[in-house]
Amino acid sequence: MSLLTLSNLSVTLRTRAVLRDVSLDIGEGEFVGLIGPNGAGKTTLMRAALGLLPFSGESSLTALPQHERARIAAWMPQSREIAWPISVETLVLLGRIPHLGAFGDPSPEDRARVDAALDWMGLDAMRHRAASRLSGGEQARALIARALAQDTPLLMADEPIAGLDPAHQISTMRTFAQLAEAGKSALVSLHDLGMAARHCTRLVMLSEGRLVADGPPAEVLTPERLADVFAITAWYQHTDQGTVYQPLEVLR
Amino acid sequence: MSRLAIGLCLLVIALFAASLLIGPAGTGPGESLAALFAGDGGPLTLVMREIRLPRAILALMIGASLGLAGAAMQGYLRNPLAEPGLIGVSGSAALGAVLSLQTGLAAAFALALPLSALLGALIGMGLVMALAGPRGGSLTLILAGIAVSALAAALTSLVLNLSPNPFAANEIVFWMMGSLADRSFTHVLLALPLMALGALLLALVGRGLDALTLGEDAAGAMGIDMRRLRLTIVTGTACVVGAGTAVAGAIGFVGLVVPHVLRPLVGARPSRLLWASALGGAAMLLAADIAVRVILPARDLKLGVVTALVGAPLFLHLILKLRTERI
Amino acid sequence: MPHRAGPCILAFPRASDRRRGSGRRSGAARLACAALAALAALGALTPAALADAPDRVVSMNLCTDQLAMLIADDGQLHSVSHVALDPRASAMADEAARHRINHGRAEEVYLMQPDLVLTSTLSARHTTAMLRRLGIPVITLAPANSLEDVHDRILEMGAALGREDRARAIAAAFDEDLARLRATATTRPSAVLYYANGYTLGDQTLAGQILLAAGFSNAASAAGYETGMRMPLEVLAMTAPDTVVTSRRYPGASRAEDIMDHPVVQALRHSSTAAAIADHDWLCGTPHVLRAIESLVRTRRALQGDGS
Repeated sequence: MSLLTLSNLSVTLRTRAVLRDVSLDIGEGEFVGLIGPNGAGKTTLMRAALGLLPFSGESSLTALPQHERARIAAWMPQSREIAWPISVETLVLLGRIPHLGAFGDPSPEDRARVDAALDWMGLDAMRHRAASRLSGGEQARALIARALAQDTPLLMADEPIAGLDPAHQISTMRTFAQLAEAGKSALVSLHDLGMAARHCTRLVMLSEGRLVADGPPAEVLTPERLADVFAITAWYQHTDQGTVYQPLEVLR
Repeated sequence: MSRLAIGLCLLVIALFAASLLIGPAGTGPGESLAALFAGDGGPLTLVMREIRLPRAILALMIGASLGLAGAAMQGYLRNPLAEPGLIGVSGSAALGAVLSLQTGLAAAFALALPLSALLGALIGMGLVMALAGPRGGSLTLILAGIAVSALAAALTSLVLNLSPNPFAANEIVFWMMGSLADRSFTHVLLALPLMALGALLLALVGRGLDALTLGEDAAGAMGIDMRRLRLTIVTGTACVVGAGTAVAGAIGFVGLVVPHVLRPLVGARPSRLLWASALGGAAMLLAADIAVRVILPARDLKLGVVTALVGAPLFLHLILKLRTERI
Repeated sequence: MPHRAGPCILAFPRASDRRRGSGRRSGAARLACAALAALAALGALTPAALADAPDRVVSMNLCTDQLAMLIADDGQLHSVSHVALDPRASAMADEAARHRINHGRAEEVYLMQPDLVLTSTLSARHTTAMLRRLGIPVITLAPANSLEDVHDRILEMGAALGREDRARAIAAAFDEDLARLRATATTRPSAVLYYANGYTLGDQTLAGQILLAAGFSNAASAAGYETGMRMPLEVLAMTAPDTVVTSRRYPGASRAEDIMDHPVVQALRHSSTAAAIADHDWLCGTPHVLRAIESLVRTRRALQGDGS
């Protein structure tokens, strides 16, 4: 079953075409890495798909009423905004907002989801600390846990591993991969091509607002595309310890 | 009901009772309450029912409104400095009220007074939000607030100075600082409809404000209709602030102090802060109104003087705190 | 604390001073009044020094305006204040319209080249001081705080204008009418004068004396408000007078005047058969106060339900 279908999605901000005719389909069990240089339109693509900015074309999500969208797709924006010193637990509980009843009291199931998300992101020990006073990496993990607690078939995240230490980068990527293994899907933008190549089941490459490649990492990350789109060379190898990918030189 | 809710309710009840029992008539509490409830038609009954009761009810209503409005605005703008008085919403409401009084509109039909104040508040709020932007930092918000406040204050003074009524010009201070002296049930009834509507609207925004803790994008993706939320908050705030200002003048700092004090006690959750601030605001204004009567019983000391004495130092403290973080 | 500010206190509800736009009705102003009252005593002495009757007189105060209009010879009074034109404050608005109007500013008054300026001891003293520096004789009259003061002011005005005979005639007529009107009622209904801002006037004021002359007792005085003071609404309610006399409202709205519509005031007024309004006849110590007494006597009779 398809979780997200985008057809001919285009976004024009002021007079500049930021995204042009992007079509994409994400099914169940996929961990899709969204890659591309700065300004390629990764964030715009995801925000448009969620209906957070005006676009032309079609998105299967925006065809739904807003409150139903929130049960299909969770979204973790790049700006890690936590306005008030709420506890980590409360922060993660915010992810349950689309599921709450009329009076807003969390049910035992809501509590269980929150506990699971905290556990998954290793935040159990700091659940009572004020989220706004955590370190940047801890905040990122708390926000990922929040998105996980929303318990949607599709999770979209904008550069979720930026600013995390290597261990947490890897464990976060593993979390998304596990979600995919459990039948859910994730669409995650990232700059670390090594991480993308190693953990994602599929990569979508954007360049100047256009989709230039879509497929398994090995097929997308060809030397020609790397040269064209990123202007770099890289070393790519399947090893007995998994895929290893290392950018090497700048071409221009 | 949490312990906080019970504590705040008891505080409000105690202050309400104190407000009923303190006044220049200087009668005993038992005697006063007997006159209030039994109602023998004597002078004390008149004092209790027509002077003190409406005054206490207005303090309760307006205080709750200001607390609620402060919590809602702070939640929406994600800024602890947002407050109807400081950013000029109350001042604009006062301008609307003064205009309707001096043009005779308020005399033509009674609800014109709160409705004009509502319109003033809406314009003021719209101006501030347009100037500060949806995610304006503290600095732009405060600058926009200063601009709108100054303009509203100047126009209010101008209208009152141009009034053919010799007393009007002396009432600039009432419109800037607020007072509940000599108000009656007429004023309660004038303020009540809009205030109830506004409170109802603001009671609905809790979930949206919670979600907004993580920013507009995250809230939008959690199923919160941002446009509707903005409209609800602007309308609700303008309703409660407009209705309150129309009968009691602009009273500042309640919406700043109360959410700030109560925020740690509700775990900083904007939704829980809403009702807590309503109760806290009622308590603060009842206390302030008791204070003005105790400090200078015979004079009409303005409420805004007392609230500013408490609020302004806190405001400075907040600015110092935010200086390093956000401005 | 009851202010011992004597005559000055009456100045507050007087429209002439209100309309000058001064917000100075606080305690500070009352203190300043005490100083002015002392000056007034000096000012009152000066008329005797004037040998010839002035023939170009400018009055800058509502009360001196009216006294001057009553006493001056044709053409003698050149200008009166703009307040005298306002029928809400002035009992002689029509008469005032026949004169040139001034706004009590030193510059405009100086340019009128008067040989005498008349004003109240309470009027802007900077203006009077300035005019005196410019060499223009200024005579200040103290406000009347009693009906006896009215008699004295008439004579003082006569002396200032060199019209002593006319003044004596008016004063005599005033005394006669007053004696006729002055009530000797045995049962006096109680009344409170209640103005904008909850201001009340006690026995030691002209309005308080009018009230007494008309056969009322002043409940504010009984409650300790001897002069002009703010009386909280609660105290008014507890005083529970037989009637409340309020003042006429000005156009435009003010919260200060709203108090006269408060349910408490309305309840106290409602219980009386007639509600008196203190209007332009009450403001100044002129023979017009007789009209105020007359209408108040009618109110009292209606209140007591007798035709006597």
